[in-house]
Amino acid sequence: MIFRWRGSFLLLFLPWIALSLAAQVSSDRLLHSSAEPQVWLTYSGDYSSHRYSALQQISPANVKDLELEWIFQAQSLEKFESTPLVVDGVMYVTQAPDDVVALDPQTGRAFWVYHYSPSADSKPCCGRVNRGVAMLGDTLFMATIDAHLIAIDAKNGHPIWNIKVADSAAGYAMTLAPLAIKDEVVVGVAGGEYGIRGFIAAYQAKAGKEAWRFYTIPGPGEPGHETWSGDSWSHGGASVWVTGSYDPELNLTYWGIGNPGPDFNNAQREGDNLYSDSLVALDPDTGALKWHFQFTPNDPHDYDAVQIPVLVDTKWNGNPRKLLLSANRNGFFYVLDRSTGKFLLGQPFAKVNWASGLDKETGRPILTPQPPGTPTYPGVQGATNFYSPSYSPRTGLFYLSTWQDYANIFQETPVEYKAGQRFGGGIVNSPFPNAPGVSRRGPVNVYTDAAGRGALIAIDPHTGQKKWSFDMFDVGTGGILTTASDLLFAGGREGYFQALDAYSGKLLWKVNLGGDINAGPVTYQVDGRQYVVIAAGNSLFAFALRK
Amino acid sequence: MQSAWPTKTRGVRPAGRWMVHPARCRREPYSRLLQFLAVFVLLVLLQFGAQAQNAPGQYAQADIAYGAQIFNTQCTPCHGANGDSVPGVNFRAGQFRVPVTSDFDLRTIITTGVAGTAMPSFNFDTAELTEIIAYLRNMSTFDARGVTMGDAGRGQALFGGKGNCASCHRVNGKGPRVAPDLSDVGATRTADLLLKTLLDPTASMLPVNRSVRAVTRDGKIITGRRLNEDTYTVELIDDHENLVSLEKANLREYTVIKTSAMPSYKDTFSSQEIADVLAYLFSLKGSK
Repeated sequence: MIFRWRGSFLLLFLPWIALSLAAQVSSDRLLHSSAEPQVWLTYSGDYSSHRYSALQQISPANVKDLELEWIFQAQSLEKFESTPLVVDGVMYVTQAPDDVVALDPQTGRAFWVYHYSPSADSKPCCGRVNRGVAMLGDTLFMATIDAHLIAIDAKNGHPIWNIKVADSAAGYAMTLAPLAIKDEVVVGVAGGEYGIRGFIAAYQAKAGKEAWRFYTIPGPGEPGHETWSGDSWSHGGASVWVTGSYDPELNLTYWGIGNPGPDFNNAQREGDNLYSDSLVALDPDTGALKWHFQFTPNDPHDYDAVQIPVLVDTKWNGNPRKLLLSANRNGFFYVLDRSTGKFLLGQPFAKVNWASGLDKETGRPILTPQPPGTPTYPGVQGATNFYSPSYSPRTGLFYLSTWQDYANIFQETPVEYKAGQRFGGGIVNSPFPNAPGVSRRGPVNVYTDAAGRGALIAIDPHTGQKKWSFDMFDVGTGGILTTASDLLFAGGREGYFQALDAYSGKLLWKVNLGGDINAGPVTYQVDGRQYVVIAAGNSLFAFALRK
Repeated sequence: MQSAWPTKTRGVRPAGRWMVHPARCRREPYSRLLQFLAVFVLLVLLQFGAQAQNAPGQYAQADIAYGAQIFNTQCTPCHGANGDSVPGVNFRAGQFRVPVTSDFDLRTIITTGVAGTAMPSFNFDTAELTEIIAYLRNMSTFDARGVTMGDAGRGQALFGGKGNCASCHRVNGKGPRVAPDLSDVGATRTADLLLKTLLDPTASMLPVNRSVRAVTRDGKIITGRRLNEDTYTVELIDDHENLVSLEKANLREYTVIKTSAMPSYKDTFSSQEIADVLAYLFSLKGSK
């Protein structure tokens, strides 16, 4: 009797339990997201930004049996850079410029679409793109290209609040997926090509009130202000346009900071230009700076350091250590101690000639400026960029999408700061006509590998050496996913989506999706079936094993 | 449209000279004749404007030169130094993805952006807009200065005769397809690059135009000019003008030939003949 009573009691409350669990992405759930691999809760998969999933239904043995399940065609001709979230049977993906779409992750059919029309004065440098939403509780958060932050009801797509984070007419924009930490939502501003003064800011998730703001360029009287000559600090760029990471134990959030402005004329801003091209560790409760590490001081090549910080706990020289791995746009792979910011290791992963190496103690680059009119490696898009890397705790390898043997000829020109105007201060030419750049390309590769080629590479973090390289003919701007079955998924500008063996880099499966891949793949499981999803061209493609 | 007009004025010239400002053609209520005359004058002005738009010398050299500087800092990040990096857009060839018939259209695009594309709005003042448009309208000839141009008619004769160029190149639907089609080469290449190609073809050959030699697993040899390539395949036009697509996994051998089959005309042509052929090539602007 007692048993039966308890059973009915539970049954009575089951719908309530299920609903309350299903609805809530609590901050506690975000802390333990790797324990529930069937969902994808944050832009980079978890706070450590591993883009690694414990799912293993799709394996090297059966990956050739993947079949297309559905396609979602975005009503947008912009680049599709969005990483979808998948939470308890619903997928939330953004459609450029600033729409949110809630989909059934098994069929691709939409529940609702929230449409936002950004201000006509918004001027994102490199496309009206969006990389995804954050979720906390029952609320989605989207950062827009007119620099607004919008809270949206995840159940019906209705806006809850909409606040202006910065002035889009002055060149501020937001393209990144926000990061929810505790009861706040953290964002950063783009605009490094428009002479903004960059910042990271946290907003109360419930009220939309600003909790703190960290300027990425120190103001008068603050330490680091002396690293900018004259008034160059007031329009020095240092944008923040890719999502950071979070270590709950250290209570530090890590963010990569963009290039100083003007991009190419560093004589107009003498000094190291902190915290441009740096990694900053902030207290997420106050926004206070704990430490910083600058990759490229006084940068003249637009080497943003926005690459996603990957947090790894492993042994370093025999002792457990909290590491931060970052492969930088400047062509070097770095290992830092993420408690202190101490430089531990740095190795080039592509052809580099702007520096001959890094100082062994400080990690500061040893500069080798190239003569005027000659190519600098890597070129302006960098040896890597915003493309999400991945780390597999099983293989212990760091995976990354790179541009190899790619150069530009940089020429600086004087430029006067005018609010809302491009603030580049230089001309960037290619040694090859029509060489790859930020623009999308059509189905014909008009520059070929002679002007630079793509490669997916695996780096051993303990040595900084390449373990393997999967060479592609064209470059790519997509991210990487690894799984517990030791598969690696990635694509490139050619439109191929590939599965590789994460240990060896051997090709196991490929499909031609016919459009450039500019986003990172994600995986999730619904009703016992594992899916892998990737955006290519203007559409989102979902794959699962043939039933 | 009116709201797209810049509000700041600094320019030495009035904005949109060929456009009639609505305020200037307000009707006089008492005279139909005056109305008629006004419409007639307006039509004449518009016609004159449309003609003058394409006439050389309309844009001041100083404007063109300053426009080039603005273009290089503001526009090249997306459009490239040659104005052809965005698919479907080629400033030298006057090719746009949205209809552009007048300078006013260009002005509107620059000041308001193009919805649904990566083209943002720009805050240029009137003088800067005039300069950028002057440069856009003269981009194809801007860097022709400094390169000696001869007579295009004589150049055409040399192209088909002494130079033997027409035995490999196709122009406006005539000739073989073995070498690149030159129908729009004057719009897509700068004058100095054309000169360089005549003197040293290999040095200025675009990587995509390199010929390839492939041997299939069953021993078949295929040679041709590469049209496209990716990690797994290569697409080419073979020596018999067939479009051929090959999977690299099925090839025993695959070689990209980096030397051009085209001879140098350094010693074949006199400097006057070079200038003539150059003038002919530069006149090939393709169809818009």
